[in-house]
This record gives sequence, structure tokens and C-alpha cells, in this order.
Amino acid sequence: MAKTYVSATINGESAEFLCETQQTLLDVLRDVIGLTGSKEGCGSGDCGACSVIVDDRLVCSCLMLGVEAEGKSITTIEGIANGDTLHPIQQKFLEYAALQCGFCTPGLIVATKALLDENPNPTETEARYWLAGNLCRCTGYDKVIRAVMDVAADMRGEKVA
Amino acid sequence: MAMIGQPLDRIDGRAKVTGAAKYAAEFRVPNAVHAVLVQSTIAAGSITGFDLKEASDMPGVLAIITPNNAGKLTHPENVPQAVAGPLLQNKDILFNGQHVALVVAETLEQAQSAASAVRLTYTRGEAATSMDAMLGQAYPPKHFRNGARPPDTSRGNADESFATGAVKMDATYVTPIEHHNPMEPHATIAAWDGDRVTVWTATQGISGVQSTLAGQFGIDKANVRAICPYVGAGFGSKGNTWPPATLAALAARTVRRPVKLVLSRSQMYTSNGYRPRTVQKLKIAAAADGALLSMRHDGFSSMSRPSLGEFAEPVALATEMLYACPNVAVTHRLVALNAALPTYMRAPGEASGVYALESAMDEMAVALKMDPIAFRLKNYAETDPHENKPFASKALRACYEQGARAFGWEKRSAEPRSMRDGNILIGWGFATSTYPTNRMPSAVKIRMEKDARVVLQCGTQDIGTGTYTVMTQVAADTLGIPMHHIRFELGDSNMPPGPVSGGSMTVASVSPSVQAACRALLDKIKDRAVAQPGWGGQSRDGLQLRDGQVVGIGQQISLATLLEHGPIEAEAKTQPGDEKKEFSMHAFGAQFAEVRVDPDLGEIRVSRYVGAFDGGNILNAKTARSQLIGGITYGIGMALHEETLVDQETGRIVNTNVAEYLMPVNADVPDIQTIIVPNDDKNSNPLGVKGIGELPMVGVAAAIANAVYHATGVRVRKVPIRIEDVL
Ligand code: FES
Ligand code: FES
Repeated sequence: MAKTYVSATINGESAEFLCETQQTLLDVLRDVIGLTGSKEGCGSGDCGACSVIVDDRLVCSCLMLGVEAEGKSITTIEGIANGDTLHPIQQKFLEYAALQCGFCTPGLIVATKALLDENPNPTETEARYWLAGNLCRCTGYDKVIRAVMDVAADMRGEKVA
Repeated sequence: MAMIGQPLDRIDGRAKVTGAAKYAAEFRVPNAVHAVLVQSTIAAGSITGFDLKEASDMPGVLAIITPNNAGKLTHPENVPQAVAGPLLQNKDILFNGQHVALVVAETLEQAQSAASAVRLTYTRGEAATSMDAMLGQAYPPKHFRNGARPPDTSRGNADESFATGAVKMDATYVTPIEHHNPMEPHATIAAWDGDRVTVWTATQGISGVQSTLAGQFGIDKANVRAICPYVGAGFGSKGNTWPPATLAALAARTVRRPVKLVLSRSQMYTSNGYRPRTVQKLKIAAAADGALLSMRHDGFSSMSRPSLGEFAEPVALATEMLYACPNVAVTHRLVALNAALPTYMRAPGEASGVYALESAMDEMAVALKMDPIAFRLKNYAETDPHENKPFASKALRACYEQGARAFGWEKRSAEPRSMRDGNILIGWGFATSTYPTNRMPSAVKIRMEKDARVVLQCGTQDIGTGTYTVMTQVAADTLGIPMHHIRFELGDSNMPPGPVSGGSMTVASVSPSVQAACRALLDKIKDRAVAQPGWGGQSRDGLQLRDGQVVGIGQQISLATLLEHGPIEAEAKTQPGDEKKEFSMHAFGAQFAEVRVDPDLGEIRVSRYVGAFDGGNILNAKTARSQLIGGITYGIGMALHEETLVDQETGRIVNTNVAEYLMPVNADVPDIQTIIVPNDDKNSNPLGVKGIGELPMVGVAAAIANAVYHATGVRVRKVPIRIEDVL
């Protein structure tokens, strides 16, 4: 089957790839490009493990086709840290033990990034509802929310007690 | 400073927050192709034929494996983990969603397309799909607790004494089928090299994978290598070696290329077990002062057809042990259905059983007009009343006290519907938690490199619980060197064997071997020191390792110098001793829930939660708290959300996705306060730990159900509790 040529920006770098028309963006990222940080927890838009940011919008990459990435800018978990320096969100997830098995973690971190890009000062309820599409079976969410509220305050330059 | 007990960040955390951690499906194995399972659409009968014309002509298809052409397995049944199929070895259909074929193609998309084009014909048989309809044909399990005890036990005479009670209850509680739904679906990549096979597989037990595949393919255990450095959790679903792992290896042998088989979320509902449905009959009688006289707990759990294996949910074991009641009888029965084989799921036995027991105890407290905690304390078991043994340790009283204080229990008004916030009904509920303390043998290898860095290896798993981190802490303390000089490796069956990561026993089982291996290494270092010229006559035991120096009497030598002679290696094996004979070993806890119920809409929200736990010695407060909160959240799911629904007509599960199989999401979970009640249970194991993986979920559903009763006055005797149950 003829593959389609796609040119996009992935984590700030231009990327060109060939993909089958029925391949999801998630499969392209994982299998074609080798960025396996985005996870497939369901393949049906229900779990958020595949979350990526496409042109400033939070997207389930399992629900988007690879060919739809043409001309778009995509941020995956691999693009969140600055080289070896963790992003403050990643740092706070670590400090708050907001992860166990880690399978949901890339999606949660990307979704948190999208939240704080859009709303740097979320209430706890806003954060919980924004992240309600990211299922985590291990942590019970509590520490995730603590981490998110704390990093939001940090990124606003506030000190939390 | 001692590392044990510190709230340290996870060692594996960095790999996980950056997306670098590699899970089973993510290993790049050159030349690998993709396999997709085809599953049956009827619940009973047999396959009469396949029409593979369309599928096999599709692009990229390499093989379609069916019972007609599948390679024969040497010992499909003779495997350690009692999962006998479905392995494409015959044409019987025993449940809806059974694996009936496997399509292998160059790409995943090609395999998926071809899988959807596989056509089957069946003859249909009679399917038993309703547990309630089949209760009359329940039968005793044949291998209850692997034969360690009979399914039925009693002390005193529960039935006679029941009649003498001043206050009695007699009720039936029902828990549904639940699915583990770990966020990582099952995945296996299998690659053969001659008669050796390597599998990268999502599992809670690489040793089990190794022996199962060896048995099934009739090869030596040494010829099977199972690799699993990270698991996207399991909760019991990855404890056994389920057919997909075997089928991936079978497919790889067929097409002579590495094969990757990843289950879809939907296929996970019939491929790797589930918590069976239970029907539990409780009869309890007490004297007017609240002293228990009689308890009877008859547990029925749903099963597959017996030829697939056996799993009996041990619901009534806590009932034997938890209260000082002179007359107790418990039974366990199975109800065979056309369903997949059930299995362990987080807190097997206790999650379902303690829900029923602690709901029943709440009903008794109400009938006795006693405070629910006072009623428990009245019947507090100082020693195990069933085994007639002392507890290895038991800080349950402290759990009750500290939990009640943190929750503000004394402000509760006993009358149902008596606490409100405006229009909203408030309910406060309480339940006890308990889970047995387990331990298994393990072995650890240790090596100090020339740069004085240490590598430890054990073929155990880190299913998200923190094994990497905690074992490094234990090693750091035992060796007296900093954690960042130590690397703990796991997840490879070439390493010395560790037990399955289940039953909350990893820390109790593996850390004694870590300690022993570290001590053996220290001895060897000291041996090398005393063998140095000029050290003659010093005894090894007098030496100390301090700041990179081995220090003796009037002598010292740096590790670096000693290591010039080469790295130093040691190995240790440890196993449980006689403690199980001497002691009854259990963890305990107290669960407190507040619910808010809208009296008009019936909407139930958990608004506040306190859990106080005696999990023995806590090695890492940070990973431990995370586990406790996660366990409580799992319990909230059991109480209010989770239920696998089976269509009785077709025996098909209808909510095979994580949108319709409701699980707690972020917005469902309240502020959860966890209290770690200090305890150090050296009677149970050298590290004094009890295990905390399952404990926090036990009793949660009862605490919430009891809170719902307190809020509404409606006693719901099944979970999940839905809006319509309280309207
Ligand atoms: S994998 Fe995309 S939402 Fe679950
Ligand atoms: S950490 Fe395991 S699913 Fe979230």
C-alpha cells in the first residue's frame, strides 16, 4: 500500500515521515518515529495516556491520524524537558510521588502542561476536571493534584507555604 | 543517616516522567511482525470451520493460526499457574471472547484488518451465563488455596448458637465482576533463536513466565528468558502467565520471526482474568451486650468452565480471624459459567469478603444500638481465635483510635439521615481492614565493581510499587554506602529468582535477600582486607567499613586499593522460617468515609476519607503513602463505580472499554488522609514489614456502603451502589 509523506514539527524539530493512511498519530509516534513515551491505554480516546499537544490543543493522539499531522506542531512527553533539565511539572511529579507504574504519567504531564499553558492559575476543581480524562489506576490522583497545584504556583512565581 | 524509612523520590521516576521508561511493547526487536487475536462471538459450542480466504489474501499477512494448524504445545495444562487455555489447542468454545485465531502480518494495521476478515462457523451449545440461576449447582473448589486448607472450616457450632442470640442478622451481599484494567494492556514480544525463546512481556512474575513457557513448549527453563523492567501495573491481571504470552511465542515459532502481540483494551476483558462475582450469605448473632455468639459466612464465587483452570475467591478467611467469636463456620463454593477464568485482583478474598463482613457488622451495630467502633472493640481478638496463635503483631486498636480522631468520629450522630449540609445528606461510615502478611523465597546477586559501585540483581518486578527504590534503600543501609553508588536491577529471568509481585509480599520476600547479599559482600570485602600483608591476626568481625575505608585495629585500607584485585561478588538466598507456624500474620487498618448524598437526585459523592493502617515497618513513606491513597481509590471504585456487565443472552461482556467500565477519575476522588500507624513486625520477617499493596483497599467499600446507610437510611447490600439504589 502506498504510504503518505507527511512533514510536521515534532518537539520543535522538523520531522518528515512516511505513514499508512490508516495509521494513528500515536502509532506513527511510537512505531515509525520511535517516540514511545506516549502510551496506548485504550486506543479509543478514553484514557488520555496518548495525550500530545497539537498546535496548542491537547489531543488524544490515538484519535488523530498520522496524515493529519501535516504542517502541524506536535509536542510529546519527550519534548517537555529542556535537554537534561526536567520541566518543573516533571520535577514536581517526582517530588510528590505523583506516579507509580508510570504508564499514565506522560499523558498526565502533557495534559498538565496544556492546562497551565491555557490557565496558569487553575482552582483545584478546575485541575481535577481538566485531568479527569487522564485515567490513572495506581496513584489515586491525590498526589497528582498536589503536584499540579504546587507547580502552577511555582510557575506563577508564587511561593506556596 | 539511615535510608530505610525516608520519604525518598523514586529511582525510576526520572525515566517515567520523561517517557524514557521502556514497557514490554516498546522494545525494538529487529524484524518483528505483529499479531492480532480473533475472539469468539458465542459463549458455548464448538468451531466447525474457518473461512480464511479473504483474510489470507490481504496484504502483509504471514500466517493465520487456528486450532486447525496451531503447533501443539507439549504441556498445555501442566504449567505452574493453572491457566489451561484457551491456547488454540482444540475447537471447544467455552466463553464469549475466547481466543480462536491469531493473525500475523507485517504491520499492526495489516494484522488488524485481516483479523476482522476471519470468518468462523460454529455449532452452538447451551451456555450458562447467569450465576444466580446456577447457584443451586455450586460445588466446592478442588484446589482451594492451592490445597493449603479446606474450603470449609468451623469452630464451635455456628448454627446452634445462632438461635440463642439476642440480636441477629441474616443477609446476602453481592459483589460484581470487576476488571483490573491496568493502564498498560498486556503485551508480549517473542523471539526464538533455535530452541531458545526470549519474551519481553508485561508481567508481575517473570519466573512464572519462564517456567510456564518452558512447560508448554517442552524446553528447558534455561532456554526461556523473560524480560520486564517496567510494568504499567497489574493488580493481579499480570500475575499468571496468560495465553497471549504463549500465543505470541507460538506465532513467532510459526512465522520464524519475532512477533509482537499487544491486546486491545477490549480484549483485556476476556484474556487475563477478573475478580469473580460473589454472592455471600452472612448470619451473625450477638448477646444483648454486643458479644458475638455466632458467625456464618457462606461464599459463592463465579467461575469459568472447570477445564480452564480454577480460581476460588477466598471471601471468608477474614471472618475466621477478625473477631473473638466462639462459634464460626465458613464455606466456599464455585459456580461454573461460560465465562473466562477469573483470577486474583487487588486484595483477592478480602476486598469482596470484608465488604460483606464489615457491612454485616455495621448492621449488627445498628441493631444493637452500639457505636460501630465500640462493637468491634467489644469483640476485639487479642489472639487469632481460629488458629489459636498469637498475632505476630497487631496495632488495630491504634488504627481505630488514630483514624477516629483524625476523622472526628466522636461528632457523629448515630441516627441515619440526621446529619445534613443544607439539603445534602451527610453519612459517616466505618469499616475494618485486614490482609495477610506473606513471604516467599528469593535470591539476590551482588557485585562491587572496581570503582566501588554496587550492582544488585533479583528477578523480581517493580509493578509501580517502588521495588527499585526500596531495595536500593535497604542495600544502602546494610552496606553503609550512599544510594547513588548502588544500582538495583530487576525484571530479567537470567537474574536469581524472585517471587511473583502479588499478595503484597515483594518487600517482605526480597529485602531479606538484599540484606543477606549485602552482608555476604561485606564479609568478602573484609576477607580481602585481612588477607592483605600486615593484617595477619585481625579477625574479620572486628573490621568496619567507613567512608570508603576498611578499618581494623591500627590498620586501614581503602576500598579502591582492595578492589584493584578485581570486583567482589556474592549471592544470597533467603526464605520464610517457621514464623507462620508460631504466629498469625496480618496487616490491619481502619477505614473512615464521609459521603454526601443528594436526596432528590440520589447522587453519591465521597467527600472526605481517612484511612489508618498498620502495615508494619514502612521502608519509604513516600511510595507507601502513594500506595495507600491508590488502594483507597481502588476501593472507591468498588463501592460506587466498577462493574463488568454480562449480557445474559449471549454471555458477552458489554462494557469492554474504560469509558463504560466506570473507574474513579480525578474528579471523583476526595481529599484522602492516610495515617501510618507505627509498627515493626520483626516476628514476620527481618525487615518487619507487612505489605501495603492490598490492605488500603480492603474495607473501603464497606465503609462507603455504611456511610451511605448512615446518610440515607437505605441499606444497599450490593456494590457498586448506584443512584437508583438510594432513591
Ligand atoms: S490511548 Fe488514546 S485515549 Fe487512551
Ligand atoms: S501510575 Fe500507574 S496508571 Fe498512573
